[in-house]
Amino acid sequence: MARSSEFPHDSLLTRRGVMAGAGAGALLALTPRQAGAVLRLEITSGNVQPMPIALPDFVGGTPGDTEVSRNVTGIISNNLQRSGLFAPINPAAFTEKIVNSDAVPRFADWRVINAQALVTGRITKQGDGRLKAEFRLWDVFAGQQLDGKQYFTTPDNWRRIAHIISDAIYERLTGEKGYFDSRVVFVDETGPKDRRVKRLAIMDQDGAGVRYLTRGDDLVLTPRFNPTTQEITYMSYGQADPRVYLLNIETGQREIVGNFPGMTFAPRFSPDGQRVIMSLQQGPNSNLFVMDLRSKQTTRLTDTPAIDTAPSYSPDGRQICFESDRGGSPQIYVMPATGGAAQRISFGEGSHSTPVWSPRGDYIAFTGQARGQFSIGILKPDGQGERLLTSGFHNEGPTFAPNGRVLMFFRDPGQGPSLYTIDITGRNEQRVQTPALASDPAWSPLLS
Amino acid sequence: MIEIGKFVRGLRLAAVLAAGLAISACANQNTAGDGSGGAGGSASTPGSQQDFVVNVGDRVFFETDQTELNATGRETLEKQAQWLTRYSQYSFTIEGHADERGTREYNIALGARRAQSVRDYLVSRGINAGRMRTISYGKERPVAVCNDISCWSQNRRAVTVLSGGGA
Repeated sequence: MARSSEFPHDSLLTRRGVMAGAGAGALLALTPRQAGAVLRLEITSGNVQPMPIALPDFVGGTPGDTEVSRNVTGIISNNLQRSGLFAPINPAAFTEKIVNSDAVPRFADWRVINAQALVTGRITKQGDGRLKAEFRLWDVFAGQQLDGKQYFTTPDNWRRIAHIISDAIYERLTGEKGYFDSRVVFVDETGPKDRRVKRLAIMDQDGAGVRYLTRGDDLVLTPRFNPTTQEITYMSYGQADPRVYLLNIETGQREIVGNFPGMTFAPRFSPDGQRVIMSLQQGPNSNLFVMDLRSKQTTRLTDTPAIDTAPSYSPDGRQICFESDRGGSPQIYVMPATGGAAQRISFGEGSHSTPVWSPRGDYIAFTGQARGQFSIGILKPDGQGERLLTSGFHNEGPTFAPNGRVLMFFRDPGQGPSLYTIDITGRNEQRVQTPALASDPAWSPLLS
Repeated sequence: MIEIGKFVRGLRLAAVLAAGLAISACANQNTAGDGSGGAGGSASTPGSQQDFVVNVGDRVFFETDQTELNATGRETLEKQAQWLTRYSQYSFTIEGHADERGTREYNIALGARRAQSVRDYLVSRGINAGRMRTISYGKERPVAVCNDISCWSQNRRAVTVLSGGGA
């Protein structure tokens, strides 16, 4: 995946296992791995007890590395805590001080405070200026190392290192891919409600590193990531008709998608990043069109006297879910990616809008509307298993984390919108900190 | 029980009065905030933009999730058509809007439909389609910013905004 330009030294970001070496070798000899004894957090069931995990500050390889080591540990701890699956233990309870991350920890000291997993690590500035980051993940009760890796990168990438290590821990302990090394593009909102200024902005999934992509001169809406490049598509009001645009988030280069005779909106990329699907306004009707970004060829996908909008591809690119009021109220339909007969799949109470297909393929998330309340919900692509995860006034616009386990959406109780995350189990709702009001989040794929 | 019932009714009355105040507050804001009040002469100058806004009425309103014109709306558009026929130097944009109770994408389409309803009506009254363009702002440009029904009803609108050719 070519995502290197935001992090120009990505090519330097290397990782390799640290299972080898004296420490790990000795450990393996000490505690032969036993099948079935591996620490594993089952996250698919409804009720998850957060796993107690100990994250002593990473060791600074040299005295100058102490601060970054502590900061990396803090980000990992924050990520794991926010996931709702882990309960980082208060460091005040720790009895063993980790001074050498290669040494086998005194497991008894960590069992006493009921830590099930322990993460130790070290950050060392290298002679060539790069950072070396190492970590080891320990199963405290089995007394064995579960994972160990080291990475080399430039010092300005220290946050990403923390997210990558967080993903490694998450994946090793849950068996699912993580989602921490990812970003979110959203709409930053300032000013009064009737004169709101909206800017495109991008940040790390934990809210750090906010960067603005537009200046606020033009109204911008519904940004979406290209799954394969550093590019987003969004709707913008300029001097002429509102249009769907492409924006390279590294170069700032911007272009209009297609040459349509009217307003285009609600864009989204195909999974291969080669096409943009969107609505075109034609008189009173909105129909779905797709444009191939290389050939510039456009294809009509729907032709109905209705509002067809908010299209989203299945991860295999074969189907499209979208919203249509062809049956009287906005509902979710699924059709082949080439167009053709569409099947309504939403039959729960009220209307169903803004469907978005999970990257795992197992669910479609949506905005539900019933009895004056707006919900974030999920259902299966065959329409079964509809569940509302959160309801109120006014939730809207879900987007899936790269692993399909978490949704981000925005909520506007009336004073202005903010971003939130919630697990697809409906648990662990969390506010995402942003500098100002924020709406229309879209989660990127994993960066590495 | 009866006493409580009276008390509740009293509260309702107070709420209705408060809503009335909110409407007038919002309405006052409109002329300042909607870009319709500025240049173009005073309301007493026939053929001025102010004349159109004040004496004809530049906007029509819609029921929740509806795009059909109601009787009041058709009456307003009838007057707009007469005025626009008389002052044929103006071109204009019909802006369609929705209230905030809907998703962003759907409301963009809904606002476009509302603008189209007005466009179709004016064309049916003999106004040259070449003079008009339509645009939808969805729920992005509310004129009334409170968070209840009194404001929502003002935001579900289509506004005829004159441009060019003014006296």
